[in-house]
Amino acid sequence: MTGPTTRLPALRRITASPLIWPILALVALMALNVLLTPGFLSVRIQDGHLYGSTIDILRNGAPTMLVALGMTLVIASRGIDLSVGAVVAISGALACSHVAGSADPTNGATIAAAMTLALGAAAVLGLWNGALVSIFGIQPIIATLVLMTAGRGIALLITEGQILTVTGEPFKVLGAGHAFGLPVAVLVSLAVFAAVGLMTRCSALGTLLEAVGVNPEASRLAGVRYRSIVFAVYVFCAVCAGIAGLMIASNIAAADANNAGLWIEMDAILAVVIGGTSLLGGKFSLTGTMLGALIIQTLTTTVYTAGITPETTLVFKAAAVILVCLAQAPKFRALLRHGRIRRGPRPTAAPAGPAGSDAHRAVGTTAESQSQSQSQKVSTS
Amino acid sequence: MSLEIAPRPRLLAIPGRADFGGRFRPLLASSALFAALFGFVVLRYEFSSPTQLFLNLLIDNAHLVVLAVGMTFVILTGGIDLSVGSVVALSTVILAKTLQVGWPTPVAVTVVLLVGPALGLVMGLIIEYFEVQPFIVTLAGMFLARGFCYLVSVETLPIDDPVLRVFGLQYLYVWADKFIRPTVIVMLVVVAVAVYVLHQTRFGRTVYAVGGNRQSAMLMGLAAGRARVSVYVVSGLCASLAGLLLSVQKLSGYSLNGVGLELDAIAAVVIGGVLLSGGVGMVLGSVIGVLILGTIQTLVTAENLDSYWTRIVTGVLLLLFVLVQRALSRDAR
Repeated sequence: MTGPTTRLPALRRITASPLIWPILALVALMALNVLLTPGFLSVRIQDGHLYGSTIDILRNGAPTMLVALGMTLVIASRGIDLSVGAVVAISGALACSHVAGSADPTNGATIAAAMTLALGAAAVLGLWNGALVSIFGIQPIIATLVLMTAGRGIALLITEGQILTVTGEPFKVLGAGHAFGLPVAVLVSLAVFAAVGLMTRCSALGTLLEAVGVNPEASRLAGVRYRSIVFAVYVFCAVCAGIAGLMIASNIAAADANNAGLWIEMDAILAVVIGGTSLLGGKFSLTGTMLGALIIQTLTTTVYTAGITPETTLVFKAAAVILVCLAQAPKFRALLRHGRIRRGPRPTAAPAGPAGSDAHRAVGTTAESQSQSQSQKVSTS
Repeated sequence: MSLEIAPRPRLLAIPGRADFGGRFRPLLASSALFAALFGFVVLRYEFSSPTQLFLNLLIDNAHLVVLAVGMTFVILTGGIDLSVGSVVALSTVILAKTLQVGWPTPVAVTVVLLVGPALGLVMGLIIEYFEVQPFIVTLAGMFLARGFCYLVSVETLPIDDPVLRVFGLQYLYVWADKFIRPTVIVMLVVVAVAVYVLHQTRFGRTVYAVGGNRQSAMLMGLAAGRARVSVYVVSGLCASLAGLLLSVQKLSGYSLNGVGLELDAIAAVVIGGVLLSGGVGMVLGSVIGVLILGTIQTLVTAENLDSYWTRIVTGVLLLLFVLVQRALSRDAR
């Protein structure tokens, strides 16, 4: 970071960081909360565990964070996974039905088996999505729409339309337990965050993933194993959703196939986008995603503590999303800076030359999605 | 400067030219599936009147057809509109609330029909001029509209306006004892207008052109930006209208109406052979898509299965169609 080109004034460097908007939004929300409830930031220790509003935000936001982390990688590969909510429901339903159906529902081994079963199923669902996207070459949004439509039905099939309750104490550890003073759910999410961060930033994996996202065909020609990477991100995303499903089921000690993880895919995608990851793929920020998930959760909490009816959370959520997205949109920033939108010629908007169309012809499987993403590229240039 | 247009699948053959089978193949496939499914239901459960069963499909799904028509416009340009389900709910709630506080029916209906397009216009402008992805903008629109529903009312509001009651409950006899309801007429008009607009007007051509290749469309001097904004207005209008149809069908307004309806609409559009990448597909296909979904619903009800089977079967059909489309467009290359 000592090159001559990067030696900007400190303030300039900070405002140029893509994370500045999510951080500002989070700080603003926190400040608002402190104004509303003076004790907002205070954390007390009770029975060796930390308690407080901020801890609650972390704990309630843990499933969204997990799902959003998986979603970040999928979106970085220029995909999207709409099926995570369904996977959350299926994973919770499988675990609870296994525990409820076993002879000894409070036994730790039974619960471990149930959780393994649920995560295994989640991985299989991830493989399914990955296969549809990479082998059959279906656009990610439709490929995962299939499971999104059918998944909750499958979860209801597993629970036979009932809400299955589980009484075993060990089952509650993941969602409601504490370790080292912090909720286990938070620790799990942070551990996954750290692991993914290490894997993508300290090895070539992150670069390969971004290569796939920027141009799948070019990355394939350059020797990147496109299929393996796409499989890996969808499986990882589904397993994250599976863990989140276990967390939710464990927190309420029941599997509610109708409501568990309902709209969590939307929250996760929002978290990813608020965090500065483009839906066009090729660039991702895990820290941004975590911030995004925290913003969403803090917003929800703020609405509750401010005494506004909880039903209106959605309006605030929509406003926050639009504001953050506009703040990140280059056109909007240009508008603020120059007072008008430049609608001149679009410089990078001419990829349809002979070389481009040759590439089109060469790609049997991805031409469809490519031509779409190309037109999207055009629209963002 | 040499200009080469990127090759598109043959399915996109210019309307009106030869290559009939190619262009209509997805539509034919959907129709065949619908015929088979419908025939199966009729034969298996020995419905006394297949005609009335078909008319019931139209009656029960009038709002979804209107919704799918609007969605078709958006998807043809390569966009997506997730807000429609919430806009339907918002329309039902606004209609019920305004009638409750004593607004005259025409005013209430007009207000409802303005809300959807207005939201669509705002979303379209943000998408086009600030270049934020449609998925995110309409997702925000979905949250916003649903939030407004709760602001207006959390409870179910009855609608007892005499005109709307008649509109919702009146039998219109087509022949003998076979009946439809006025909502079906509205739906048919919407479909007819949409077919005309998409296939016979300059705007319709622009919509196809933008979805096929936005770059080419702009180079040809088409008003691509205007078309991209307009489709969201069209979709908003259709969603409002669908909300009206749903409220006269249910004679109530409820903020939890139409949860997940956008997914049904998208599923119907995809099953009807419209490609989500844009530029390919027909309104009639979407209508058939809705009829297929409706038949699945009938099948699940008649078989006395739990309602979640509808979702599973819909998902399986969706998969089937996506795979078939995939194979077809690969063929054509």
